[in-house]
Amino acid sequence: MTAAPTLSVEGLSVEFRTRSGIVRALENVSFAVDKGETIALVGESGSGKSVTAYAVMGILDPAGRVTAGRALLGSLDLLSAGPGKLAEVRGRDIAMIFQNPRTALNPIRPVGRQIADVLMRHGKVPRREAPAQAVEMLRAVGITDPVRRAKAYPFEMSGGMCQRVMIAIALAAKPSLLIADEPTTGLDVTTQAVIMDLVNELAKDMGMATIFITHDLALAGQRSARIVVMHAGHVVENAPTSDLFARPRHPYTAELIAATPDSAASLDELASIPGSLPDLRRTDLPPCRYSERCPRKLAACAQPLPQPAPGAAHFVACWNPLQELPNNLEAISAPKVSAA
Amino acid sequence: MTVLLNVAEVSKVFPVSGGPGAWVRLKRRFSGGVEKLPKVYAVDNVSFVIEKGETVGLVGESGCGKSTLVRALTRLIDVSDGLVTLGKRDVSLKPARVFARDRDRARIQMVFQDAGESVNPRFTAFDAIADPLRRLRKLRGKALTERVETVASQCGLPLALLTRYPHQLSGGQRARVGIARAIAVEPELLVLDEPTAALDVSVQVVILQLLQRLKREFGMSYLFVSHDLSVVRLLCDRVLVMYLGKIVESGPAAEVFEHPLHPYTQALVAAVPRLHEDGVERLRLSGEPRSPIDPDPNVCRFYGRCPRGTNACKTVMPALRSFGDRRVACHFAEEFLPQARIAS
Repeated sequence: MTAAPTLSVEGLSVEFRTRSGIVRALENVSFAVDKGETIALVGESGSGKSVTAYAVMGILDPAGRVTAGRALLGSLDLLSAGPGKLAEVRGRDIAMIFQNPRTALNPIRPVGRQIADVLMRHGKVPRREAPAQAVEMLRAVGITDPVRRAKAYPFEMSGGMCQRVMIAIALAAKPSLLIADEPTTGLDVTTQAVIMDLVNELAKDMGMATIFITHDLALAGQRSARIVVMHAGHVVENAPTSDLFARPRHPYTAELIAATPDSAASLDELASIPGSLPDLRRTDLPPCRYSERCPRKLAACAQPLPQPAPGAAHFVACWNPLQELPNNLEAISAPKVSAA
Repeated sequence: MTVLLNVAEVSKVFPVSGGPGAWVRLKRRFSGGVEKLPKVYAVDNVSFVIEKGETVGLVGESGCGKSTLVRALTRLIDVSDGLVTLGKRDVSLKPARVFARDRDRARIQMVFQDAGESVNPRFTAFDAIADPLRRLRKLRGKALTERVETVASQCGLPLALLTRYPHQLSGGQRARVGIARAIAVEPELLVLDEPTAALDVSVQVVILQLLQRLKREFGMSYLFVSHDLSVVRLLCDRVLVMYLGKIVESGPAAEVFEHPLHPYTQALVAAVPRLHEDGVERLRLSGEPRSPIDPDPNVCRFYGRCPRGTNACKTVMPALRSFGDRRVACHFAEEFLPQARIAS
């Protein structure tokens, strides 16, 4: 595809002011998502996945500040747009599914009316038609008996149902970009599978770009075409999914794959990642924030990280990336016995 | 092998409000009818055993009664019906309040889901670990300090952290406090309720390996409750699959996950995301689970969501039947059996 990507994030840096100093939560984060493409932001908690999404949506905590970078949605830079412009774009062009549907939904409004709100505000639907269309949205996300459910309050529904309502709200105005922040955390695996099928299917039908934020590498691999691995506010690797699993180049990615329980035949095979995330308040952070945990550290690691080349399919922010298949990955590339 | 815990036909029902309104109930009462409150069958006639040194996994979706069952076994709540025998002693006889001071209390201990939530925020790590030792072992002074320090180091918790409060510890360290607190009184059965659910993968690995090491060292039995099947597969010898208050399938963990016999287990296994997709047609469940309030005793609990759902399923409740070391509650288990036989 030669068309410009739906969203292009370039050199995004975010800081938070806290009482104990400035937290450099994101530094020089760049990635792009094309029309109809699903990408995943993967990393441990504290790696800056959600902050990235919040910065793009313009809903950062007041203590947070974007210090550099652009987030281009078409020709509009979301990071420098004013609140009025952002309010217009949010919901209509970009929508977000939040982590916990129960707390993200308004507890004192029936779900049908919450969907109707979006339709009226962003979908240019007349007030009288909105309730009926809201019911149609509920039907589209697979809620049985949508007419009755539209009058229900969030507390009357199960977690999976609430998440469907969130999806209906997010998709009501047919946005061109959907950001799903851990949409299935706290749901059962069976519900997770159904919800993810739904998101994937609707995204495909509507030609919507999706940014899928998760800590579950296996789920990301199953659901997205491209994976952006984050560590301590840096993008450490950005590669097509199959490529990333077959040939992870950043040592952190390789360790993350080796730590995922799915990949091992026994518990002893799983490898933990030594060390922990560096304190992002430090003023003496090395250019590579992984270097203090890294087994492959070189003298060269003290220089600024390599920058992504324009158009490169596989980007790795490392001076000493893995070249061939590491030993601990042989076990997981063996074909899986079919489950069902 | 000797049986450590024997759970025989345990049920737990809770009365619920709702159903007919108060006025209707009142009218019924005066018209001579029997007033009956609707009941939630959270755990319905569940039986299984845990042997000495065995790790048993308990899986199922939220709301299926896992936590209620676990609370009943650990004697935090009373069972409505049935027996829980630990070794030779029936521990379900005493009310939970009295059992809290029983000498056998120490034999079953529990590690709760999120140590950040389950450790008293006003207790230091030391106090948290010392609490069960004070109450159940009556340890004081130097003996207490020694024991706490031994357990902390067995759990890989640096002694310098013992003076910290939960909010000053990382997720992994809090998990270690939760585990240390549970094993301090040397239980024979350790019940783990999703001990790694709140942790990142890299930390999860360390905690799982710690649990496995502790089990080898002290010969405890584990009942491991989790919804993460990949973790259960790695840690457990045997697995119990629960659906709406009933055990629908049980057997050796590896076999159950390779060749699930019950349609619910099949859907559960199919829903687990894998690093390496095998391109198999994935089974999806539609619909919501049946209501656990006064369920029809003649209808299979899975009916309505089951892709199979024949007439027999809504007229006869399938009993848990044994096939070798596996048990399944489905009328059609035989159909999947031959392939399981060949593989095993």
